[in-house]
Amino acid sequence: MNARLLPFVVTCGIFVLAYGLAWLQFPAILSTRVIGNLLTDNAYLGIVAVGMTVVILSGGIDLSVGAVIAFSGVFIGVMLRDTGLHPYAVFVLLLLITTLFGLAMGAVIHLLEMPPFIVTLAGMFMARGAAYVLSIDSIPIRHPAIEAIQSAYWLMPGKGRLTLIAGLMLLTVAAVTLLIHRSPFGTRVMAVGGDARTARLLGVDVGRTTVAVYGLSGFCAGLAGVVFAVYTSAGYSLATVGTELDAIAAVVIGGTLLTGGSGFVPGTLVGVLIMGLIQTYIVFDGTLSSWWTKIVIGMLLFGFVALQKGLVQLRSRKGGGRRRARRQSAQGRAAA
Amino acid sequence: MDAVLEARGITKRFPGTVALDAVDFTLARGEVHALLGENGAGKSTLIKCLTGAYARDGGTVLLDGRPVAPRSTADAQALGIGTVYQEVNLLPNLTVAENLMLGREPRRLGLTDRRGAGREAARLLADYDLDIDVTRPLDAYSVAVQQIVAIARAVSLSDKVLILDEPTASLDAAEVERLFGILRRLRGRGLAIVFISHFLDQVYAIADRLTVLRNGRNVGGGPAAGVDRLALVNMMLGHDLAQAETGHRARAPDDGPPAAQFRDFGRSGRVEPFDLTIRKGEIVGLAGLLGSGRTEMAEAIFGIDGSDSGTAEVGGTARRLDSPRAAIRAGMGFCPEDRKTDGIVADLGVRENMMLALQARRGWTRPVARREQDRMVADYIRRLDIRTPHAEKRVGELSGGNQQKVILARWLLMNPGFLILDEPTRGIDVGAHAEIIRVIEELCDRGMSLLVISSELDELAAYSDRVIVMRDRRQVAELAGAAVSTGAIVAAIAAAPQQRTAP
Repeated sequence: MNARLLPFVVTCGIFVLAYGLAWLQFPAILSTRVIGNLLTDNAYLGIVAVGMTVVILSGGIDLSVGAVIAFSGVFIGVMLRDTGLHPYAVFVLLLLITTLFGLAMGAVIHLLEMPPFIVTLAGMFMARGAAYVLSIDSIPIRHPAIEAIQSAYWLMPGKGRLTLIAGLMLLTVAAVTLLIHRSPFGTRVMAVGGDARTARLLGVDVGRTTVAVYGLSGFCAGLAGVVFAVYTSAGYSLATVGTELDAIAAVVIGGTLLTGGSGFVPGTLVGVLIMGLIQTYIVFDGTLSSWWTKIVIGMLLFGFVALQKGLVQLRSRKGGGRRRARRQSAQGRAAA
Repeated sequence: MDAVLEARGITKRFPGTVALDAVDFTLARGEVHALLGENGAGKSTLIKCLTGAYARDGGTVLLDGRPVAPRSTADAQALGIGTVYQEVNLLPNLTVAENLMLGREPRRLGLTDRRGAGREAARLLADYDLDIDVTRPLDAYSVAVQQIVAIARAVSLSDKVLILDEPTASLDAAEVERLFGILRRLRGRGLAIVFISHFLDQVYAIADRLTVLRNGRNVGGGPAAGVDRLALVNMMLGHDLAQAETGHRARAPDDGPPAAQFRDFGRSGRVEPFDLTIRKGEIVGLAGLLGSGRTEMAEAIFGIDGSDSGTAEVGGTARRLDSPRAAIRAGMGFCPEDRKTDGIVADLGVRENMMLALQARRGWTRPVARREQDRMVADYIRRLDIRTPHAEKRVGELSGGNQQKVILARWLLMNPGFLILDEPTRGIDVGAHAEIIRVIEELCDRGMSLLVISSELDELAAYSDRVIVMRDRRQVAELAGAAVSTGAIVAAIAAAPQQRTAP
């Protein structure tokens, strides 16, 4: 079997196993209702994590997304309150802003050769600050069009509801999966994440790819912001603090290598669902503190990083990698 | 001659040096042309000027009679000049097909037509007798296969000139033969191939013509059949056989017990198994061209890459030298070739650099008292005559020779029985040369055993009791006593190989 898919297979195995165990204790957990809620409750996280997957595959990181989601909610709330714009127009405007924001961060990362960590950290402060400037209070979001979105669902067999926002999340996963694993652009992202210097030698436009990747992440964060605003019916500048870290955790649990170049987009969805499942289990149990979610996720994350480290070592031993790695690092130094 | 590429008077200057000094280089259609020279001779600078990685400062390049000036490797590729570097320049995390088709994927509805790409990739590889699954990631295959994939990609993009920079550095004999089969076929198709290698056997096996560079100048060449090995090595090393031999250090052969003894010691793919005995107080020199396995031998002995055959005995007891820690425990020391990356910690002071190895052996729970440190450091600064204003000076700010002495002091503090020095005099000025050599001889008089690798053959011949000559990763000659001379070493390096075991 392809060793690269192993983390994904392990993730799926863990999800099925965990679901099975939960089912033994609470048979009601295996129903389309629970699954529908699982998807709806985590729709915004799924969307933003997919964008994060692309960034991480390209060898970067985007810490701004949580703040961008909060900004999105506040922006939508303020625009609906203070202007006569239709929600759809506001959504389009917002997606334009967040995409441009992502593109700008990508451009800074590429042109100034700055580490993505710092650039997107700055982006995080800027987006969160912009949200505060717009409004410190929580703004209710009410509009017939938004209520229509909230109540739109497809009734699955077993009376589970697949809501529109859950469907939007699944659609995003499918579209980005195609983009990354089936399109020339995806190959470039993988190439840049594998080794940017070699990718450039092979004729990949590293700059354009990098900028596009952060633009995509900005778009996903904006879309997640729309979904979160619809889901909570409110815009609040203190919302989704730390969501970028949840997204990174989902990406890693989903089997994507944190150093880039290797991973599988649908794995991120499974990662999100595992995190959601733990939450659901705690709700079913009723006696556990919800903070156990964090502890279990922490342990899972740890296990996955260890698994990936093992796989990487296995691979480099096969390729006679040590000397090569040494040379490459020497070349890297020379290039720098 | 049907010249496809003609470079005339190529000049390239770097601040302070002239890397290429009016070099002429002509490449004919359908030939394999070997480009030879020692480190720093200007081979890679020439290649980089031809492929547009560097902008040349003077000269003209004619491709098919028309002047060209590629500004990037992609430019050169489009003109028909493809390059494959020693470290395979492909992406191991992508599939073979993705690597081959990157940048020109067949598309369908905006997405990659994966089946079409797979078919096209398989077609490209069909010419190379490579029956591999193109949908698997590249790193599922050996370096040799990756190399062939890289060549297939380069040839499919550029059909006039193929430049191979040390393509055989990490291949075994069978893989080299396979590569040569491919090169002969490409040559038959009219491709002009530039072949850079340090392995003279391989050069004679495949090259039609050769060009030798030394210190940025074209110092000779011609049809490979017309240049014999001795002349070639002399051209490369710039050693004139008529030159007076420097005096050899006269010492009575020592019958003392061996300080270290290696039997069938080797590491596959790095250095062939060798036997080596070093007696107490003996200096053994290790000579050979770049890539002959000198450094690899030293690294195997010091446990850096580990050995996978043979036995080692240091100080009379059998040892497993599987890591530098084990080697240090056995009383060995190693001053590496690349001082800057493997030796000094530039941001630490002289004292801290000197104390590193000793402190590492004691463990961090037993720090060496500061007073003790100061005493030892002052002692070695005086004994090795290290020119530093004070013991806390950042090592990165010292001259090369003084850095070398700091590393020497680091090992001498451990009082090793057996010390390996890899190119101890490289990159340091002439005055410091003499001092380092004085230190080497002094150490040996104190009973330390030394294994010294050096390209400075005159120096090596002067201080070594014995000289081992390496070629193609194996030991090919051993000179002892009066037989040690620069001329003899050059002759041994150049000697025709014995019957090759592998085809």
